[in-house]
Amino acid sequence: MLREKVLAALQSVKDPEIDSISILELGMLEDITFHQDRISIKLIPTFMGCPALDIIKKNVEETVAKVKADEKIEVIFALHPPWTSDRITDTGRERLKEFGIAPPPIYIAESGEWQADCPYCGSTYTTLENLFGPTACRSILYCKACKNPFEAMKPVSTLM
Amino acid sequence: MGRETEDMIVNQKDMLQKEGYLEAVTHLLFQLADDDFILAYRGSEWLGLAPHIEEDVAFSSISQDTMGHAAMFYSLLEELGAGDADKLAHARLAKDRKNAILLELANGPGTYLNEPQYDWAFTVVRNFFYVQAKKVKILSLKNTSYQPMAEAAVKVNMELYYHLLHWKTWFMQLIGAGGEARTRMEKAVTDVFKDLGGLFSQGATAVAFGENQLIDTEEQLIAAWKHEMTPIFDSLEMKMPKKFGMEKGDGRNGEHTQDLEAAIETLSEVYRLDVKASW
Ligand SMILES: [Zn+2]
Repeated sequence: MLREKVLAALQSVKDPEIDSISILELGMLEDITFHQDRISIKLIPTFMGCPALDIIKKNVEETVAKVKADEKIEVIFALHPPWTSDRITDTGRERLKEFGIAPPPIYIAESGEWQADCPYCGSTYTTLENLFGPTACRSILYCKACKNPFEAMKPVSTLM
Repeated sequence: MGRETEDMIVNQKDMLQKEGYLEAVTHLLFQLADDDFILAYRGSEWLGLAPHIEEDVAFSSISQDTMGHAAMFYSLLEELGAGDADKLAHARLAKDRKNAILLELANGPGTYLNEPQYDWAFTVVRNFFYVQAKKVKILSLKNTSYQPMAEAAVKVNMELYYHLLHWKTWFMQLIGAGGEARTRMEKAVTDVFKDLGGLFSQGATAVAFGENQLIDTEEQLIAAWKHEMTPIFDSLEMKMPKKFGMEKGDGRNGEHTQDLEAAIETLSEVYRLDVKASW
């Protein structure tokens, strides 16, 4: 019961930069453990350089604290297992598109090259403009069909 | 917690008891952390000065990533009782730093606030060569005997792919362009090779790293680096020297230049103000 409530609370914690997607949909939750004196929430960070971790931690602590008063909440960022982009849920992928960000491509060529479809019109007719966007996690692409620039979340995989 | 994980933690505790092990791990982590930290700092000094706006955005994301890697290595040090991670990053003197000298050298004449005349060719070469060196080290660290470092390596490796691609593109394009671009790049390549050896140096701790199965030897890492770089050099008709220099000294043993002193002074000043402000 408590577990469901905590999960619901976590569902309401969004990525500070993309507020349509929750940390659950991003696949950041690894484990919840209920100890006698505290609830321990193990999250795995997406990209190391993404500075939003402090904000996420604070938001998780505040939101889960509302579920059960007087409970100590512990948020741990673990490196293992490493976050990979296939952890994003199907709903998460839809939420990214709604925000105008193409979800990370599932197929990556052996050379490491990849393509992302336009989040606006769905066209595959896109070109990579800049590998690094305003944050390390995203690239900037251009859709030749609807002539819109857009951002795509970079794929990360342990095979790279 | 699974049975396997528990066994691993017990093993890890035993290892840390082993004589010299903790010290060797600590040294290696300082080398990795200090390298990333100072290069990310040099990268951050380019803000607003990169060749074009897109590069400005890209370079600052890469520097942010690299700073994230440094922070992760410093926090592994904190876990080992070396002190507060933030302090380790910002409040240590130049002589206590273990970074390679190549990475501490200023971006060019002038300072960020006072007529910066930064050298883009030098920056491209230094970053490309560094990221490739970091890549071969990180691949070796995936098999290190210190499990938390192996896990960090898996994580860093996935992000490095993009850094490498970025700098490789610049390197190939500028040299491939010929003319003045190529001349300036060739000079930068010659300059960087003079101190590239420092990147691979493991200093006085090399033997301890080997004995404790922490990372491959300097020679193995250099060979792996050459293996990756040779096809690129060949395609650009560039020559690679047989031996890499360490003309300005070995940063792993605490030898450093005035450039590092000046950088530490600037960044620790900012850090002290920050610490005061948060009180
Ligand atoms: Zn489109």
